[in-house]
Amino acid sequence: MLRELPNSVNQGVTPSPPNPPLEGEGSKARVAPLEGQGLQRRAFLKATATLSAGLVVAFWMPAGLRRAFAQGPAPAMIPPDAFVRIAPDSTVTILLKHSEMGQGIWTSLPMVVADELDCDWSKVRVEHAPAAPAYAHTAFGMQMTGGSTSTWESFGQLRQAGATARALLIAAAAAKWNVQPVDCRTAKGFVTSGSHKASYGELADAAAKLPIPDEIALKDAKDFSLIGKPTRRLDSKAKVSGTAEFGIDVKRPDMLIALVARAPVFGAKVKSFDAAKAKAVAGVVDVVQVPSGVAVLGKHFWAAKQGRDALTIDWDLGAGATLNTAALRDDYRKLAQKTGTVAKSAGNVDAALEGAAVIEAEYGVPFLAHAPMEPLNCTVEIGKDGCDIYTGTQFQTMDQGTAAAILGLKPEQVRIHTTFLGGGFGRRATPTSDFVAEAVQVAKASGKTVKVVWTREDDIHGGYYRPMWLSRLRAALGKDGKPAAWAHTIVGQSILAGTPFEKAMVKDGIDSTSVEGASDSPYLEAIAAHRVDLHSPASPVTVLWWRSVGHSHTGFAVESFVDELAHAAKVDPLAYRRELLPKNSRERLALDLAAEKFGWGKALPKGHAAGVAVHASFGSYVAQIAEVSADGNAIKVHRVVCAIDCGPVVNPLTVEAQMQSGIVYGLSAALHSELTLKEGRIEQSNFNNYPVLRLNEMPKVEVYIVPSTDKMGGCGEPGTPPIAPAVANAVFAATGKRLRQLPLHLA
Amino acid sequence: MKLEVNGKQHEVDVPADMPLLWVLRDVIGLTGTKFGCGMAQCGACTVQVDGAAIRSCITPASALAGKKITTIEGLSADVTHPVQRAWIEADVVQCGYCQSGQVMAAAALLAQKPKPTDAEIDTAMSGNICRCGTYQRIRTAVHRASELMAAAPAKEKSHAA
Repeated sequence: MLRELPNSVNQGVTPSPPNPPLEGEGSKARVAPLEGQGLQRRAFLKATATLSAGLVVAFWMPAGLRRAFAQGPAPAMIPPDAFVRIAPDSTVTILLKHSEMGQGIWTSLPMVVADELDCDWSKVRVEHAPAAPAYAHTAFGMQMTGGSTSTWESFGQLRQAGATARALLIAAAAAKWNVQPVDCRTAKGFVTSGSHKASYGELADAAAKLPIPDEIALKDAKDFSLIGKPTRRLDSKAKVSGTAEFGIDVKRPDMLIALVARAPVFGAKVKSFDAAKAKAVAGVVDVVQVPSGVAVLGKHFWAAKQGRDALTIDWDLGAGATLNTAALRDDYRKLAQKTGTVAKSAGNVDAALEGAAVIEAEYGVPFLAHAPMEPLNCTVEIGKDGCDIYTGTQFQTMDQGTAAAILGLKPEQVRIHTTFLGGGFGRRATPTSDFVAEAVQVAKASGKTVKVVWTREDDIHGGYYRPMWLSRLRAALGKDGKPAAWAHTIVGQSILAGTPFEKAMVKDGIDSTSVEGASDSPYLEAIAAHRVDLHSPASPVTVLWWRSVGHSHTGFAVESFVDELAHAAKVDPLAYRRELLPKNSRERLALDLAAEKFGWGKALPKGHAAGVAVHASFGSYVAQIAEVSADGNAIKVHRVVCAIDCGPVVNPLTVEAQMQSGIVYGLSAALHSELTLKEGRIEQSNFNNYPVLRLNEMPKVEVYIVPSTDKMGGCGEPGTPPIAPAVANAVFAATGKRLRQLPLHLA
Repeated sequence: MKLEVNGKQHEVDVPADMPLLWVLRDVIGLTGTKFGCGMAQCGACTVQVDGAAIRSCITPASALAGKKITTIEGLSADVTHPVQRAWIEADVVQCGYCQSGQVMAAAALLAQKPKPTDAEIDTAMSGNICRCGTYQRIRTAVHRASELMAAAPAKEKSHAA
């Protein structure tokens, strides 16, 4: 027996309102298009016999559900698949269009469907959906998981799916019993009316043949039975017994394992190679050249690895071999002396800074690898009628299209089988589909069914890094101690340049992901003269979104600098932020809750000090207060109090877990991780020299949720940006040393 | 060579230097044990040999003749080992990839020290990296598993110590 979950799990979590109202202005703006007129007329119902489960009710939702502000291309075809299936034994299978990579949507999104459906939660099963237009992201127009968007973007859609299924089951029951639907009730997978009672499984067959009712009522939020309640994960049992299938676990008939020898420096090309010794390794079956390098195929990983080690490759290194991060940082510093492309401005900043006592600081963050625990991998099986791809991906539509182009197939001939992802953090969402495309190339070149597996060294050396960034900030304080002028120059590579996202997300030379969290900082509102500008130097280093994307550097720079201004103004850093932030802003709500729960201002143990940061990202507002001490040059983080306003909450346990997760991920970057290039080669290779946070360094983290009816935001990423500045600010409070470069080093 | 894994004998034809991890995963077909680093830095590959936690990614299979190897698949017949129950109860897992190793490391710890202190948990579990950051819930779950073990000594068909 499991222990009962209290309404609020771990003492840290403030219970969200038991029935979070969802009709707040914000959520209405997002949910309304899904609840409004016309959905039922556009919805389809399909009765379909599955191979194993008998007749099921299957729904598919049309492209019209896409949000009004969607920027992606419209799906070209009628959606071919479903979200909900009900089997004769009342098992409810929910097809998850998003990828489960740890963030908990395998549980929280089915909760949304199941709540409206009134099914028996213990009979809910979850599967990753195939790649198909029906599963396009309602905002981005392609099937993908990212941007901390999954819950809010599908919330209305999934409620509608559950409610539609329920309405049909009621209609089937009403017809069977010759009663009115209005006289039927549903609960725990049964429809009842008077003395009649039937399970969903018994009714599914008849329900599947009925037309969609004209009116589909959604529940009042006060009637939610699952949404808002702490609910344990549905994937735990599989994940503690070794039975959860990750991409790296996939087995196909006659499958070989391949390792690829890739360019040692960015942009290098194979001039020639000698495979004789590799082919002599026992278990090596084939060696083929692919665009990214040379692949060694073996009967098992060990053979492929030994074979790859035995390859001799002559590389044309190219210009990438001259790259050094130290020199690159110097270049960035020089660039930061000049004003770049302006992303946001008001007033005359230069005039306001001229002659004033200017406070100036530079903040830097390094290239970072995502280093998900599951090394990248992809299995490709090319058949007569198409291609099957088994992998943990965040970017199904991209991968499908890329594979189809390589193989000369139609996208629908490429079947993407999404497995569990052993972490993603953005690395499994590449606009180039790098690891999928490469595996397709290996399969195509060898004519074999193949699983390409990356080693940890391949992962650390493999590019697609969080860009290196430099921020130069200058401010002049007014007589009231508040900033009267603020200039923020950002230098770093554009993630979106050259990708299919460039057109929509790079405007007037500004990659929105480079300046997010800086150009839209709430502090700017009250500063009469301000400017945020950007330099986007190009480099052969491939860069990518890394958990919290631009916020991972702007949060550090802005929240560190505000702290410096508070000290310059001789004002308590928390009080200073409250003064600068707009009254009633959600940042302030989060800040106040964190301060209250932390006990800001109360005495701390000797040698300990507190630092605070608050940062909004992905629609959520997160404040964190870190309690830190320094033992010699070692920084120890003892406690972190985190408050989040993410709007209405589906599963408080998920929110808590994601805040803990974002904090740990951010602490790894704050305290340990850094990639450096020397003559084009990445100097780190594995967890021995690319360290990440370990359990013995884990602070006590307390998570509090701001009760909110405001617009629903995300959870996967917003916990990450505030932790580095909170810790750096605490280090300053503890030691008087202002650390402006990540990872933080006292000496 | 002969290997005893989860109470079952396997005859495998592999190079002597092949790490146990790849024999388990690619030859015997037990994929619950994970590859994370290949150099005993992350603990994803943790299995038990005669009850002690070892890193299978650097342990040659040939060194294990005559020893009892237990993988996550052999920890319990029906996911009822106290560590597994505690993990589920504490809602530990996120992506889950490291958790086979975490569970095996925790089970080995508890077999040695049924009531570990926080410091002992830190020492025993810091070799297992979790990039999702489940560390806090792992601490909670190890203590909970200790309680569960005290309340009802293991009765399941475990091949673990």
